[in-house]
Amino acid sequence: MGAGHAHRLYRHGHSPVHALPPHTKLAAAFLFVVVVVSTPREAMWAFAVYAVLLASVAYHARVPAGFLLKRLLIEVPFVAFAVLMPFVAEGERVHVLGLSLSESGLWGAWNVLAKGTLGVAASVLLAATTELRELLLGLQRLKLPPLLVQIASFMIRYGDVITDEMRRMRIARESRGFEARGVRHWGVLAKSAGALFIRSYERGERVHLAMVSRGYAGSMPVIDEVTASRAQWSYALALPCAALVVCLLGWFL
Amino acid sequence: MHVPDGFIDAPTSAVTGVVAAGALAVSLRGARRELDERTAPLAGLVAAFIFAVQMLNFPVAAGTSGHLLGGALAAILVGPFTGVLCVSVVLLMQGVLFADGGLTALGVNITDMAIVTTVVSYAVFRGLLAVLPRKRRSVTVASFVAALVSVPAAAVAFTFVYAVGGTTDVAIGKVATAMIGVHVLIGVGEAVITALTVGAVIAVRPDLVHGARGLRQRLRLRVNGALVDAPAPTAPVAARTSRRTLWATGLVASLVLAGFVSFYASADPDGLEKVAHDKGIDRKEEKHASSGSPLADYGVKDVSDARLSGGLAGVIGVGVTVVAGSTVFWAVRRRRGADVSPASTASTGA
Repeated sequence: MGAGHAHRLYRHGHSPVHALPPHTKLAAAFLFVVVVVSTPREAMWAFAVYAVLLASVAYHARVPAGFLLKRLLIEVPFVAFAVLMPFVAEGERVHVLGLSLSESGLWGAWNVLAKGTLGVAASVLLAATTELRELLLGLQRLKLPPLLVQIASFMIRYGDVITDEMRRMRIARESRGFEARGVRHWGVLAKSAGALFIRSYERGERVHLAMVSRGYAGSMPVIDEVTASRAQWSYALALPCAALVVCLLGWFL
Repeated sequence: MHVPDGFIDAPTSAVTGVVAAGALAVSLRGARRELDERTAPLAGLVAAFIFAVQMLNFPVAAGTSGHLLGGALAAILVGPFTGVLCVSVVLLMQGVLFADGGLTALGVNITDMAIVTTVVSYAVFRGLLAVLPRKRRSVTVASFVAALVSVPAAAVAFTFVYAVGGTTDVAIGKVATAMIGVHVLIGVGEAVITALTVGAVIAVRPDLVHGARGLRQRLRLRVNGALVDAPAPTAPVAARTSRRTLWATGLVASLVLAGFVSFYASADPDGLEKVAHDKGIDRKEEKHASSGSPLADYGVKDVSDARLSGGLAGVIGVGVTVVAGSTVFWAVRRRRGADVSPASTASTGA
């Protein structure tokens, strides 16, 4: 269980945020995003306060700002979409720098950008401070069906193996002089995908047999049961509660 | 196509979340029937496969490339229930681990990319297989069409969710045109890749393809020069749980959706009607032949409350569809049952 089993977003550390039980962190992140999404978009200051709240969490978790900002790049396709929005939306037009922009489109773009960015930042922080196995245990503690959690854990556990298998197939193709350049080569790639499916499925059968021979009877034993004390819950839920106060102020001010 | 937070408003996200949770619960039960106690490792590995194959780049032309979405492929290779589960798990993990798609938008993402693509493609696939001759080529053709339809279907579902709870007021007609236009193109690529991949798997391990189970030939032995049907292996008969509950749930769900949820559906006319209205195309439009019918424009005549009338029309529509569909199904089955010849018994085993 070395570095290979940590996912790309995880950042090892011993901060108070790392030490929180995973299900409290999952609940806190989810509630925070729900609160953010239900904030009225006209309350611009509220989003600034949310950003400050997340920044303080990042500070406590000792996640450097550069790391966080780099991970936010995943949002870029939707930023492009948001930039387009003022040009195509309906409604009143305002003129800025000689461009005719839709006012409601500008609001819409702001809405998607602000809420989307805060949502991504919250999930990045969650993923950066929680290990994979912990995350799955947390999902199970939050009463996700155990079968679903098992499927997810198998997907995560064998994701790297299957991806590596695909990489080896690519190397084998390339070492035989194959280079996919256009639609004509799709047949070869699709055959690789087919072979990959057969290998994954057969690996699944082997994994099942190996599990059965070690006494698997439908559920995985949980050795490290995680529990959260009341203090830990209140510590984790401080974030969504603070956000809720801001959200209510945003509605009433 | 991963929807971020804040794109769809909170109530709509909550409703799609409930829809997604219900569909997942149904698929968990269904997957147990498809894979029995091997569900966890097999579905997990297939999910890992879907995750990996989404990273396989298919070059289109100079510099651009596309990748597979995988809903149709999963449905055809491992069956609809396991397919829904696998794609949903991939989406869940992408949302939680890679921040790809918002946490509150998980319901929207799962409904649209896992459930709609898988269910639509499998329905199309099964429908085509019932019509086409029972050959391997038909499976490839059917998977081509299924994948071709599934991607624009997801775009339509997204447009619908957007019409109900979108937070920006881009005209719904524009969204529909852009989404469906782009996704028809994506659908063509998806269809080609899916058909080629299914073909490649069928060539090697036809027994693994869930959608091709009807193609399996009975084992025949040559005994003293004569071909004899081998005694059928005592295959464990899959627990035939009652279909009745499934039918009842489906019927109730569609009645609720049609009758109740349509109250809250957008009162605006649909995109095409709106575009037509804006551009004044509909001024010269002739009255539709059925516009005098009691259900014209999705409302019941003589019921003045618009919402009540719309809901009632929805319920009646579901009723008519169910009756018509059942009649067709019943007729096809009767015809099928009639021409039981030795040639066709071999293939109706599964």
